[in-house]
Amino acid sequence: MELTDLTLTQAISALRSGETSSRELTRACLARIQRLEPSLHAFLYLAADSALAQANAADRELAVLRKTNSQSPKPLLGIPIAIKDVLTVEGLPCTAGSKILEGFVPPFTATAVKRLQEAGAIVIGKTNTDEFAMGSSTENSAYGVTHNPWDTSRVPGGSSGGSAAAVAARMIPVALGTDTGGSVRQPASFCGVTGLKPTYGRVSRYGLVAYGSSLDCVGALGRTAEDVALLFSIMAGRDALDATTQDVAVPTIDLVGATARVAPGLAVASGRGLAPPLRGLRIGVPREYFVGGIQAEVEASVRQAVSVLEGLGAEVHEISLPHSEYALPVYYIIAPAEASANLARYDGIRYGPRIQAENMWDIFYRTRGRKFGAEVERRIMLGTHALSAGYYDAYYGQAQKVRTLIQRDFEQAFEQVEVIAAPVAPTTAFPIGAHRDDPLAMYLEDVFTLPANLAGVPGLAFPVGLDGAGLPIGMQLMGRHFREDVLLRMAHAYQQVTDWHMRAPSL
Amino acid sequence: MPLSLEEVEHIATLARLELSAEEKTRYRQQLSAILDYIRKLQELDTTDIAPTSSVLSGGSPMRADEPRPGLSREALLENAPEVEQGQFKIPPVFE
Repeated sequence: MELTDLTLTQAISALRSGETSSRELTRACLARIQRLEPSLHAFLYLAADSALAQANAADRELAVLRKTNSQSPKPLLGIPIAIKDVLTVEGLPCTAGSKILEGFVPPFTATAVKRLQEAGAIVIGKTNTDEFAMGSSTENSAYGVTHNPWDTSRVPGGSSGGSAAAVAARMIPVALGTDTGGSVRQPASFCGVTGLKPTYGRVSRYGLVAYGSSLDCVGALGRTAEDVALLFSIMAGRDALDATTQDVAVPTIDLVGATARVAPGLAVASGRGLAPPLRGLRIGVPREYFVGGIQAEVEASVRQAVSVLEGLGAEVHEISLPHSEYALPVYYIIAPAEASANLARYDGIRYGPRIQAENMWDIFYRTRGRKFGAEVERRIMLGTHALSAGYYDAYYGQAQKVRTLIQRDFEQAFEQVEVIAAPVAPTTAFPIGAHRDDPLAMYLEDVFTLPANLAGVPGLAFPVGLDGAGLPIGMQLMGRHFREDVLLRMAHAYQQVTDWHMRAPSL
Repeated sequence: MPLSLEEVEHIATLARLELSAEEKTRYRQQLSAILDYIRKLQELDTTDIAPTSSVLSGGSPMRADEPRPGLSREALLENAPEVEQGQFKIPPVFE
């Protein structure tokens, strides 16, 4: 077994016991990244030297802990992680996949990243993303597409495609992503990894390059629900630097024992008897998610996974989310409207490159016109139009009302069930270039993931099968606000009796 | 109803985007198709529905309004394309 095959939890155990060192683990990740980058292009920046220096420091701490036989207060001590390039890490370039941030080196670190660093994690690099997280394939990155490790002629999904591909290819045990309309869950599904979009307001957005601020969530990708649960439990919680973060306690996540924050890895490495049965949990299967256009193998695998959960004690009910078909048009008003405001800050004055001009207005027009990519320009224009005089009520006002209806669908469903199970995407990974010049077709890829963002509920994607072409199929579980723990527990139980999450692409 | 070229130009001006003639034509066609799809929302009667203001019932918790350290001027100017005397530099705004 290669060091890079270790899950996060296994790597933590191996570091604690001294079976391996942070330096060896970090070097193994860097070596694998170096070998696979030419065919995958998952990374936009590697911080190899600083990562190795931090690994050496972590090894010294680990040695002292072993000598004194004590527990580290840092659950991730010595663990390399990768960060989607829309989250700032002080001193490392942050492009958001855009030419308009080329050369930008942020002077501060995102709260989510900082909490992982304080827990001992080592940032190894920044992963590729659709420009400003706008896209479902990473094809909108200004720095080249990421390739799916299962089939390099296909997309990894997006926008957190770099993070998903890196985890799937065993370049890194875990990575951070962000999810505004499905950008953690859909690439997790396309790459066969586990990805969590937390409840809106659960993880701080401080240091996240803003896209759609009422939708943006920082999430985690890993190979197992357990690994994702650990990262989530460290990142989550109130942050004075993000006023939308809520004062809601982060529950102890049972699946890693009552010890998630204290001694991760100890509980689950054995995997025995720790997953509580799913008895008492009700799963709703929304009929609107199994309609025309869905790949037959996706539907079959998701239904099969639901029956596995049923076998573990859950009750399954058919439910309805009647306004599902309106999620896409609502999203493509609200997200672009928010984006058009958020992206007004890129003006060539304070950071990023400038196209010089005679006057300030022309600096704005030229810098923005030449440095933003096509999808970003489209969404800025769509949002500008939806908010402009004469159109506001018909577009933005109506969208916010229909958003209320979509939220009510979820509220009503969650009166009957604890969890909603559905496909992540209608199909498995599509070929690179399949939706070139057809933005609407690309938007339709997100049809099953957008509703959770509009309602602010958590969603967890994990692999439940492979299609005939050998491509991963994902299922998502959606839950009540702040009940990520239920989703993680359920996925963990599933992963105890199946092995889809341990399948790896041959590279 | 497709967007007119003038409408596309108006939107681009509001959004401070310089577009080529080719981009205007392409965006006109693509945005029109997207707006067509979005019009689906008009099917719904939302007379008595309140627009969403937040997805969370808790609202935004407030923090104490107290001074606290922020980033230094040097750190904030570090990424600027043009700086003079500790300030962002732009071409003259007034003649």
